[in-house]
Amino acid sequence: MTTPQEKKPAKPERATHRREPEVPVAPAALDERGKALAAILPQVFSGLDVQISAAMDEVVLAAKPQDVPAVCRIAKEDPRLDFDYLRCLSVVDYIERLEVDYHLFSLDKRHKMVVKTSVPPDAANVPTVSGVWRGADWYEREGHDLFGVVFDGHPNLRPLLLYEGFEGHPGRKSFLFHEYDEW
Amino acid sequence: MMLNLGPQHPSTHGVFRLVLWLDGERIVRAEPHIGYLHRGSEKLCEREDYTQIITLFDRLDYVANLNGELAFCMAAEKLMGLEVPDRAWYVRSILCELNRIASHMLFYGVYGLDTGAMTPILYGFRERERIVLLFEAVTGARMMHNFIRVGGVKQDLPEDFVQRVNKLTDELKRGIEECDQLLTNSELFLARTKGVGSIDGPTARDYGCTGPVLRASGVKEDVRVSEPYGIYDRFEFGIPVGSNGDCWDRYYIRVEEMRQSLSIIEQAVKQMEPGPIQAKVRRIARPPKGEAYVRTESPRGDFAVFLVSDGGDKPYRVKVRAPSFANLQSITHMLRDAYIADAVVILGSIDIILGEVDR
Repeated sequence: MTTPQEKKPAKPERATHRREPEVPVAPAALDERGKALAAILPQVFSGLDVQISAAMDEVVLAAKPQDVPAVCRIAKEDPRLDFDYLRCLSVVDYIERLEVDYHLFSLDKRHKMVVKTSVPPDAANVPTVSGVWRGADWYEREGHDLFGVVFDGHPNLRPLLLYEGFEGHPGRKSFLFHEYDEW
Repeated sequence: MMLNLGPQHPSTHGVFRLVLWLDGERIVRAEPHIGYLHRGSEKLCEREDYTQIITLFDRLDYVANLNGELAFCMAAEKLMGLEVPDRAWYVRSILCELNRIASHMLFYGVYGLDTGAMTPILYGFRERERIVLLFEAVTGARMMHNFIRVGGVKQDLPEDFVQRVNKLTDELKRGIEECDQLLTNSELFLARTKGVGSIDGPTARDYGCTGPVLRASGVKEDVRVSEPYGIYDRFEFGIPVGSNGDCWDRYYIRVEEMRQSLSIIEQAVKQMEPGPIQAKVRRIARPPKGEAYVRTESPRGDFAVFLVSDGGDKPYRVKVRAPSFANLQSITHMLRDAYIADAVVILGSIDIILGEVDR
């Protein structure tokens, strides 16, 4: 089958994405629970190479791809964190890197955190966390489908949303839209 | 024996395929196949501006459209740091709770069909029709409303709204009781649903289930309470929680939720005061650079939007965390060792909307 990439971009590229000359940045503002969580994180993850920061009201924990299962295991099982609910697992394509975000929430403690990791787009391998939360299963299959991130150790990485034999990764920025003009 | 259920099957609630491995009448293994309705909504969001995207969110959860719109608008508002006027929040809350009742009414009717009862769908649709007619008066559309805006709502309520909504809540109160009496304690219905498709609390959490599916398993979790958004902290309402996590609990929690939603609507109508309905926003919204994750409680559970902006007039990435998607995963667990005759009952009790599962 033909993928949209093979179709010629005949027209000159239009500037469709308009930005402000100087882009303002949304400020980080942690609430009480977030601050308390950010304070204990360095202790909990003392043995691992992680960076702690904040984005809007979420605590962000950046980890190396190979450390992700260990980080997630601690996040779920450490009683101080108790992240029993994987809210969402999403992949964002920043062109020079693919970012995998694990949004976590603790149903009892009601605090939240994001674990982030980045991989190069041509060797996008992240170990699976489907052994930590069973719910990660389909999210990882979706991430593999749409972005081509290979979750190593996942029991079944077959296409989920796309059909068998689909070529390309439609979530990526390099996967073009069909060309048509709105009148 | 391997049995293929769907994709075209009247009781799969959309286009959904389920492959079952059977040993006699028992299900040994089940494998769901989704993606038949995949439209690439998340990718489409990257080429539309913020006002246009609202129509795409209408079409994700297509029986609770307003709840979807709300989640997206809240994500953009969070990035922009907008203060939404009070009246706009009251309008949103009333409409979203009405939408929750409409959605649960559809579930009620269809679930009756799934268990072999013909009458509930007529009752469910009768009540739903009342709500949809009011929506038409307010938003101009029965289903794809395109009504909630970044920073407020499209237009103010019609003059006779309070009168109409008061009449509607009275009618719905009676309607819900009628529906409840018709099906809930029916001997046949109990036999089909009690103890069928159980899932315990820890497993449901592990699968990421939310909404009625999680609450039926005894976990008291509702985004409106655990992370209150908008004006939900001004209302008093209960969170119904089940104990067995079986199909009947999942069904009855929804009936109970309709009563709670009615109470929220009544409180909101009393508290609502005239005022502006739209915050000051530029005609073409350009949120600052950053990422926002917003959770809302849709009729099916935790409907969340992860919005990444690079400061442009179009989002850089939109990820929709659809409650049905996570809830549907747990069906492999619920179906294990169940009877083949219960497969459709279990599937129906999750109340999936394939529009948001496949996106």
